[in-house]
Amino acid sequence: MLDTTALESFPSLISHGINVAGEISAPPSFQLPNSNDFDGFVKETIQMVKPAKGTTTLAFIFKEGVMVAADSRASMGGYISSQSVKKIIEINPYMLGTMAGGAADCQFWHRNLGIKCRLHELANKRRISVTGASKLLANILYSYRGMGLSVGTMIAGWDETGPGLYYVDSEGGRLKGNRFSVGSGSPYAYGVLDSGYKYDMSVEEASELARRAIYHATFRDGASGGVASVYYVGPTGWKKLSGDDVGELHYHYNPVTPSTVEQEMVEAAGP
Amino acid sequence: MTKQHANWSPYDNNGGSCVAIAGSDYCVIAADTRMSTGYNILTRDYSKISHLAEKCVMASSGFQADVKALQKVLSARHLTYQHQHNKQMSCPAMAQLLSNTLYYKRFFPYYSFNVLGGLDSEGKGCVFTYDAVGSYERVGYSSQGSGSTLIMPFLDNQLKSPSPLLLPAQDAVTPLSEAEAVDLVKTVFASATERDIYTGDKVEIVILNAGGIHREFMDLRKTDAFTEECMFMIDLF
Repeated sequence: MLDTTALESFPSLISHGINVAGEISAPPSFQLPNSNDFDGFVKETIQMVKPAKGTTTLAFIFKEGVMVAADSRASMGGYISSQSVKKIIEINPYMLGTMAGGAADCQFWHRNLGIKCRLHELANKRRISVTGASKLLANILYSYRGMGLSVGTMIAGWDETGPGLYYVDSEGGRLKGNRFSVGSGSPYAYGVLDSGYKYDMSVEEASELARRAIYHATFRDGASGGVASVYYVGPTGWKKLSGDDVGELHYHYNPVTPSTVEQEMVEAAGP
Repeated sequence: MTKQHANWSPYDNNGGSCVAIAGSDYCVIAADTRMSTGYNILTRDYSKISHLAEKCVMASSGFQADVKALQKVLSARHLTYQHQHNKQMSCPAMAQLLSNTLYYKRFFPYYSFNVLGGLDSEGKGCVFTYDAVGSYERVGYSSQGSGSTLIMPFLDNQLKSPSPLLLPAQDAVTPLSEAEAVDLVKTVFASATERDIYTGDKVEIVILNAGGIHREFMDLRKTDAFTEECMFMIDLF
């Protein structure tokens, strides 16, 4: 029932099939605490782990492919634990995953998904589809439902059927769609994204829209910030288009012009 | 009927702070040597630093029993790796191993806040920073532990490392020399000791460079200012 493929390598290295003590070796599993109140214990550990929910990620399909963008701030309560978190995870050269929720959960299970996709390629002599990859991840997360994982991710890629985009979360939900934004800054990102979206955009227009949407979300949402990264997924795979500090983007979009008073003073002090 | 909650917790926090700074051809890893529980000091002379591989050093604060268990698991896995591959583990490889080891206990975590420092395969300094369940990233500098909220803003101000996410890419390692970086670490711990009760006694500084590994200690304030004043008053009378 539980997905234990991520653990298989660990016990097999230790015992190699022959148990040193001669006991029956237990099947691979996650260690669980000896607690009567598992839910309460999990709630406490979640508090201790304090997953970073503050985030803005977005992805949309357009004529030329898929555009994926995210901020890079990780917050633990009110403390900014990092301004340089990689929230767009490169699963393989033609598929990307976004990170929202628990950083460790997203990192670990996206890496596991990349391994599963590679194994699929080796077993079937063809690349896995975005539909298939998102289903693999959704099934894993569903099997851990209720155990406190926090994952809100989008799987974006280009396969034989063209561009693909799925939203997958730790409740076990999986949605196919053309436009998604995930995280505490998503309402702000949706506002900019939905009003500026056209299917027939060029790659430059789409990347500028994505960048703006992230910038506006970081401006209004305290839990989002850092660097706005924009990736494009096309028929030849993904490519990182830009990574801009949102503080600098602010002055790029709102240039500071000297006021008339300052100009007069400069003239008076002239030769 | 309200739910009964456990009076016993398997965890404790022994306090302490750790710092790591990466340079162009060196890496400095430091941690204080105070081990506390609640308002008591258990010892003033406890090392939080573990030399995992030839070019890889880990400093951990949090619950030292979990830290010790984690260090043992990692050194056992490193030994297995050496037997199988006939070479030492590189720092980035150890970084991934630490992340996976932490995540394997996702539902009963190691209460351990780690920084990993060392030299990568090109000889450049690298620092990896972790949370308790294994999420990690490569950075130019980092601090963890009870004094990290005091130390990090100061390091941000002094080291100004450009984000590795920027495009075009910019180097994350600090332009400081090794001696300047060690000096910065000493300053940082002296400041953290002033305002964090769990940080103090001594700072253990480990420097990794092409020439090998070098360790030094620096004394820190052992008591807080109020206690010192009281002691001074008592002496007068």
